[in-house]
Amino acid sequence: MFDKETLKKFEWPIFVTVLILSFIGVMTIYSATRSLTGEGQQSFYLKQLFWLFIGMLCFVSLISFDYRWFIRSAYVLFVISVILLVAVIIAGKIGMGAQRWISLGPFSFQPSEIFKICFVLAISRYLADSERKDTLGLKELFQMMFAFVVLPLILILKQPDLGTGLMLLFIFSSVILTVGTRKKLIVVTIIIALVSVPFLGNIVWSGLKDYQKQRLVAFIDPKTDPQGSSYHINQSKITIGSGKIFGKGYLKGTQGPLRFLPERHTDFIFSAFAEEWGFTGGVFLFLLYLFIILRGFDTAKKARDPEGRYLALGITYMISFYFIINVGMTLGVVPVVGVPLPFMSYGGTALLSNYIAIGILINVRMRRFLLFY
Amino acid sequence: MDKRIAAGAYIIILVFAIFLLRLFYLQIIKGDEYKTIAESNRLRTIKVPAPRGIIYDRNNKPLVKNIPSYDISLVREETSDPETLAALCNLLGLNPTAVKGRLDSAVNPFEPVKIKENISWEEVVKVEARRLDFPGVQIDVETGREYIYGSVASHVIGYLGRLTPKQAKSPDFRDVPKSAFIGQWGLEKIYDKYLRGVAGERIIEVDATGREVRAFGEKGPVKGNDIKLTIDMDLQVIAEELLKNKAGAVVALDPNTGDILVLASAPSFDPNLFARGIKYEDWEAVVNDPKKPLLNRALQSQYPPGSTFKIITAIAGREQGKLTDETKAVCRGGLYLGSHLFKCWRKKGHGVIAFKRAIVESCDVFFYEAGRKTGIDKIADYASAFGLGEAAGINLAEEKSGIVPSTAWKYKIKKEQWYIGETFNTAIGQGYVSATPVQMARLISAVANNGKLYKLNLIHAAGAKPQVVREVNLKPETFEAVRNALAGAVAEPGGTGYMARSKLVSIAGKTGTAQVVSEKKGGKKPTGDYRDHAWFVAYAPATDPQIAMSVFVEHGGHGGTASAPIAKAVIEEYYKKRVQGAEGQRGQVTNNE
Repeated sequence: MFDKETLKKFEWPIFVTVLILSFIGVMTIYSATRSLTGEGQQSFYLKQLFWLFIGMLCFVSLISFDYRWFIRSAYVLFVISVILLVAVIIAGKIGMGAQRWISLGPFSFQPSEIFKICFVLAISRYLADSERKDTLGLKELFQMMFAFVVLPLILILKQPDLGTGLMLLFIFSSVILTVGTRKKLIVVTIIIALVSVPFLGNIVWSGLKDYQKQRLVAFIDPKTDPQGSSYHINQSKITIGSGKIFGKGYLKGTQGPLRFLPERHTDFIFSAFAEEWGFTGGVFLFLLYLFIILRGFDTAKKARDPEGRYLALGITYMISFYFIINVGMTLGVVPVVGVPLPFMSYGGTALLSNYIAIGILINVRMRRFLLFY
Repeated sequence: MDKRIAAGAYIIILVFAIFLLRLFYLQIIKGDEYKTIAESNRLRTIKVPAPRGIIYDRNNKPLVKNIPSYDISLVREETSDPETLAALCNLLGLNPTAVKGRLDSAVNPFEPVKIKENISWEEVVKVEARRLDFPGVQIDVETGREYIYGSVASHVIGYLGRLTPKQAKSPDFRDVPKSAFIGQWGLEKIYDKYLRGVAGERIIEVDATGREVRAFGEKGPVKGNDIKLTIDMDLQVIAEELLKNKAGAVVALDPNTGDILVLASAPSFDPNLFARGIKYEDWEAVVNDPKKPLLNRALQSQYPPGSTFKIITAIAGREQGKLTDETKAVCRGGLYLGSHLFKCWRKKGHGVIAFKRAIVESCDVFFYEAGRKTGIDKIADYASAFGLGEAAGINLAEEKSGIVPSTAWKYKIKKEQWYIGETFNTAIGQGYVSATPVQMARLISAVANNGKLYKLNLIHAAGAKPQVVREVNLKPETFEAVRNALAGAVAEPGGTGYMARSKLVSIAGKTGTAQVVSEKKGGKKPTGDYRDHAWFVAYAPATDPQIAMSVFVEHGGHGGTASAPIAKAVIEEYYKKRVQGAEGQRGQVTNNE
């Protein structure tokens, strides 16, 4: 629980940066979804504020406990989140509309968001245990692959949620590559990654819905269908580009409120932001994210135990990849995969999981000097 | 371990750097380009049709009205629901499959596609009332025309139609909205640019679905110019009323200015049909009508002028000194030339007849003799001088120029010599000679005003002076004698133009009958298409002409019975208006008394 010492060590820099990002997010949601016809403002930004509040509550309660509490129950949480995933799929199949049952306005509660966190917890626990026993070898690698990646991945890909699936792979292999001590392990991971990309790619490709395939094709050749999938990419580039150096100014953007920009308050929120704030705003935003990420790596370095290190690494990679995939998509350098921009995109569950993740990261950082408890 | 973490961080930093370069490329290198695209995304320029100029008659009566015409369009992206589409088609009486096909062929799903043009106001109301049920429906307004007098003067006014695909490609219509109505016929076509005005522009902001969000600025349209005609609609209405169910033409002029007061052609058509976007079957009916309603008979039908041509023969004879008041002929109902009998229309003959009565009673024999004395080439000279054989210069439709036969003409056309019998025929206006109603009106007008051939005006240009194209210099006594005789033809007993005799005003005129069948078989009265064409040329008042006109009725039989009453009615109406002090006259009322 809290004590004065710990409280003094509260990690303000990350927290403040995250808050700034969240408010920029709310502002951009307000601007991008504002009504120009006077038909009344959509309430997205209010809902986002509400979720921000909920996120803070979770955050505060999370940093009150030592992170080892979560590590202890990591496997249980992981199983629960997998069950949730399966439940969603089954309910969806039966047609009960379980997703709608947990729908919150236009946004439906996504168990995969919660699952991400539990996934990081679970691999941190497993890796930390192996490290203590000094038994992180190929056997463990395959066990982890199967238990934490392959099985849930299949479940998640059925949703279909290409983004989360890719994330798990990325996070998993990045963490292994960062901590693996044995050469063999590194080599095998790289080989597995290289082999599994086409292999998985094949599975993924055949499992993809038509529209997802279209997106990938459109990414490779944007001229295929200007009104279809590549429309997203084109309009995003137009939106960003039209901001020029200093942007059009806050509440002066047109692409979002006029709906030329699809997903203007969710996946493409960065485009809406860049239109109004220009290159200068874009650079500023990049720096904020980069600060959080570098601080995350620093936290991993300074963690007091393997659990903390893996948690910090997993979360840092998670935030990094989400940022890279999302912003890369809006910039037209990564295929259109529907992933939200951490802290900024409209969406309750995503925001919640972001705050939980940051809560865990700050938790690790705050307690890096505590050797006994 | 720490090195690895640092490596991870560096890789992430590298990705950030790449993104930064990409951002730089999009926003700074290509920023202007994207900004332009973003602007064109949201800003549309919409042409605002200018109110078309109004066409007035000489007394400032409007002949046309601008009325809105409504088109209905759909945006595919918003009307994907087949039930909605079916309901809408049901409301408008359209085939849903056909409409769907049209929508699907649209390249841009946000581009409105026209599904029905010229919908009625009732349909507009029906659709508007259920606005919320029909997303993606757009109703566009265009300026159409209503022709207040229906078919009256339709050959003059013409009609509006939508831009044809060919016109849409032409630079002349570059500034005209694709769906606009433009003049396709008559004055509406000839003066289209003048009447059209300049379309305005509205710049509006649209959202991705093409819906208007905000207006950004407007350049008001410039109203088209009005046109004032020289036509007197009251007279035109009467002329057309009397031409009803006939084929023919009436042309009335102001002999002192060249203003065209009446230009009527029958049968006519209703331009309102065209203005509302004529249905194919209606169009077919108009085009294939054997009566040829689209033919402007005043300008485009040329027929032998019959006895009205005797005016020319008389003038030529007197000017050449071959005819005087005392010149006589003996008419026994015909004249032998060799073994061929040239008949007079009056079988029992006119007996001994002198110049004036020969015109009054229209004696053919007298004019056979007059023709022989004067000679064909002299007659041809005077006919040409009075404007026969040349287009009168109304650029409304392709004018026919008629024929003035002469020895040279015959040699040129037929490579044959001229026969004296042909002179006989020509002298009484039969055979080769032919003229249009406009030419005859011009001729009689020149007779009425002592030889001035004016440029004919259809458009009343403010402050414009009458232009004399040519003046035929004759001895004053020639005009006097001819005019005297023409007055007699109407006023005196036995005059062929007695049908035009009026209690209100003294009318002078000459009848004419253009033979359709040269030899009437068995003396039976021919009917229908075998009846002769009836001519009547007249002016009034006889002593101080203010109006001159020609009337032509196809297969009307005798000029005296078919055409003279029409002339009389128009002239009487004209006279009543003058007496009531109608304004809008340019002709000076000179009183010789």
